[in-house]
Amino acid sequence: MLYREAGDFKTTYSEDNQTFPIKFDRIGYYVIMFVAFLVIPFFINDYWASAVFVPFLIYAIAAIGLNILVGYTGQVSLGTGGFMAVGAYSCYKLMTSFPDVSILVHVVISGIITALVGVLFGLPSLRIKGFYLAVATLAAQFFLVWLFNKVPWFYNYSASGQISAPERTVFGIEVTGANTDAWAKYLVCLIFVTGCAWLARNLTRGTIGRTWMATRDMDIAAEIIGVNPLKAKLTAFAVSSFFVGISGALFFSVYLGSVEVGEVFGINKSFLVLFMIIIGGLGSVFGSFAGAAFMVLMPVLLKNVLVGGLGWPTDIAAHFELVIVGALIIVFLIAEPHGLAQLWRVTKEKLRLWPFPH
Amino acid sequence: MKMKLATMVTAAALSAAVPAMADLMFPSLSYRTGPYAAGGIPFADGYADYFTLLNERDGGIGGVKANVVECETGYNTEKGVECYESTKGEGALIYQPLSTGITYQLIPKVTADGIALHTMGYGRTSAKNGKIFSNVFNYPANYWDGASIAVNHLLDMNDGSLEGKKVALVYHNSAYGKEPIRTLEELAKKYGFELTLLAVDHPGQEQKSQWLQIRREKPDYVLMWGWGVMNQVAIQEAANIRFPMENFVGVWWSGGEHDVLPAGDGANGYKAVTFHNVGNDFPVFDDVQKYVVDTGKAAGNGDQIGTAVYNRGFYAAMLATEAALNAQKIAGKADINAADMLKGMESLEITEARMAELGMPNFGPSFAVTCENHGGPGLGAIQQWDASTKTWSLISDFAPSDGEIIDALVLEDSMAYAAENNIEERCN
Repeated sequence: MLYREAGDFKTTYSEDNQTFPIKFDRIGYYVIMFVAFLVIPFFINDYWASAVFVPFLIYAIAAIGLNILVGYTGQVSLGTGGFMAVGAYSCYKLMTSFPDVSILVHVVISGIITALVGVLFGLPSLRIKGFYLAVATLAAQFFLVWLFNKVPWFYNYSASGQISAPERTVFGIEVTGANTDAWAKYLVCLIFVTGCAWLARNLTRGTIGRTWMATRDMDIAAEIIGVNPLKAKLTAFAVSSFFVGISGALFFSVYLGSVEVGEVFGINKSFLVLFMIIIGGLGSVFGSFAGAAFMVLMPVLLKNVLVGGLGWPTDIAAHFELVIVGALIIVFLIAEPHGLAQLWRVTKEKLRLWPFPH
Repeated sequence: MKMKLATMVTAAALSAAVPAMADLMFPSLSYRTGPYAAGGIPFADGYADYFTLLNERDGGIGGVKANVVECETGYNTEKGVECYESTKGEGALIYQPLSTGITYQLIPKVTADGIALHTMGYGRTSAKNGKIFSNVFNYPANYWDGASIAVNHLLDMNDGSLEGKKVALVYHNSAYGKEPIRTLEELAKKYGFELTLLAVDHPGQEQKSQWLQIRREKPDYVLMWGWGVMNQVAIQEAANIRFPMENFVGVWWSGGEHDVLPAGDGANGYKAVTFHNVGNDFPVFDDVQKYVVDTGKAAGNGDQIGTAVYNRGFYAAMLATEAALNAQKIAGKADINAADMLKGMESLEITEARMAELGMPNFGPSFAVTCENHGGPGLGAIQQWDASTKTWSLISDFAPSDGEIIDALVLEDSMAYAAENNIEERCN
């Protein structure tokens, strides 16, 4: 049907190893990129940007980051919220200390700072594994939130402890602050998400990704065949935190504009991103996007259907949203424990063989 | 099933796309779920009921129906942004999000979109300075007024001297809870009392260590900046350690019935600052009974009428309505827009006579808003809980806060904001 491999021959190794080996996928990818970059910006309004696209793209970056750590390297982490806070607060301090430097540079530097912090909290992973490591990263989560609440230097001694993003421009176009146009917000996030996804995909299929996956699958065996566990684990923490830091910086500066660490970067955020990758699919870049879409868009869709469409009282709708999303998570995990990405993979397999199943 | 889902989605998309332009639209960013629902429900009920009353009794505001669109935020900033964006395009006149976090979020957004934001007794205190914050209003009182009024009450209890006394502040560890600290520190310097700060993390159920510390350090007075589930826990903990309740003063957000009822008799004598009156002994509540309750149009379960936080929502809606009426007068038309509403708020004057006319005599202080002063005079009173009759009663008149200290702090903070965001002074 849609997926045909007849006539789609590979004659070189690079063709055989490309990200989208099936022609239909490749075309689909280019179409999506075209729509995302050249169609949506012309039609997007404030609501679609602030309620749908910008949070989706930012959470997708965070999910890619966590997926590298949990999905590809097998190091369970519950510190995502804390690392996002590091990204946000670094971005804030950089924005206010160096107002003349471009915000895009600040976001990348925030990612680098978060990477360093991530490595620091990743050190215990050399001695402890699995559940115990999760608890160690949980400590990072609580410590970082406490730190940003406690030390006034991080929020420039403001009375309330809130940090607010000042207006910053890129090529004369505002990208942070209240006067930002919807398309500018969206494009900034889109550029970062594309860059991160590209980077993540290429890292994970190269040497470094193979050492990560070897460590995940059997660390002792990996060590025997020559993988350096120190390097593998710490690079995973660094790269993962880099992405998470970027998402935190964008979350604060482009999406919300002002942030309170306890509420926005609390333990709930760590769980939310963890759920995203579990539902989306561990060890898959596509899964990170699918999971982020599911967790961000589903509540908004349900709200619009239940309150806007059916006219339910807001509190009943809110409670039902929790029930429905929760039930869907359970159903998904029973029907497909490997997440939406695996569901997609199976669908694709079936379509390729259609109409001749085994 | 598939068909049904498709219809539902289409219906949702359609209803989102068609705005009701004929009405005066008052979005209510409410929260009836989550750890702060205890306070969010009565406020949202009061806010909705007042507009229902106007629609039923008077046929709306100046002949135009008021349309309250509720959107559930769960006290969550991200959902608050979603709610703001989904309602602002439909002709929203004024936002009252009842959340400091969402307020900080919305201050730059409403300024860019030209919509009024009324943060009555919460939000960013320095928004009182109308020269800098053009679209934000926080009359009739703000947190720093609250802190000062609480300290004034302590002064009254001690014949005007707090020298050598120990005061502890139990606060929600967020922007909201941190607001009074600066003012209290200044006041501590001025009156010579010792201030201890005890932070309680979101959502506030875990306070054992804080109250242990209170038991150890034995402060003479405890002030509280709490909200939602935190209040109930704090008052219960205070009752458990037998802290003298008349020495325990909460801000207005810690002064609802739902906060004190769980502690039973232990809460007897607990005090809170308030900027409006308590109880349902006002003529307007007869109308509420007749036009709203008896017609079955009461918001929520209809069981909150007359409670402290319900009255606050009711009062907030009343102030919004008065501003809308004022705006209609200035604009010379009934169908006002957000820009007219801003003008209406900036020249709002609430007099005793007007309050009596509305059936709410002495319900709140009389005050006037000007271009420079968006915060009003900062009047507040003290309410006290009587556990035997389960009622709040005012034990003082509406009295002003320490303007000397607060105005200086407001100026300092708003100027810092202006410098950060390149805002020029207006009203000159």
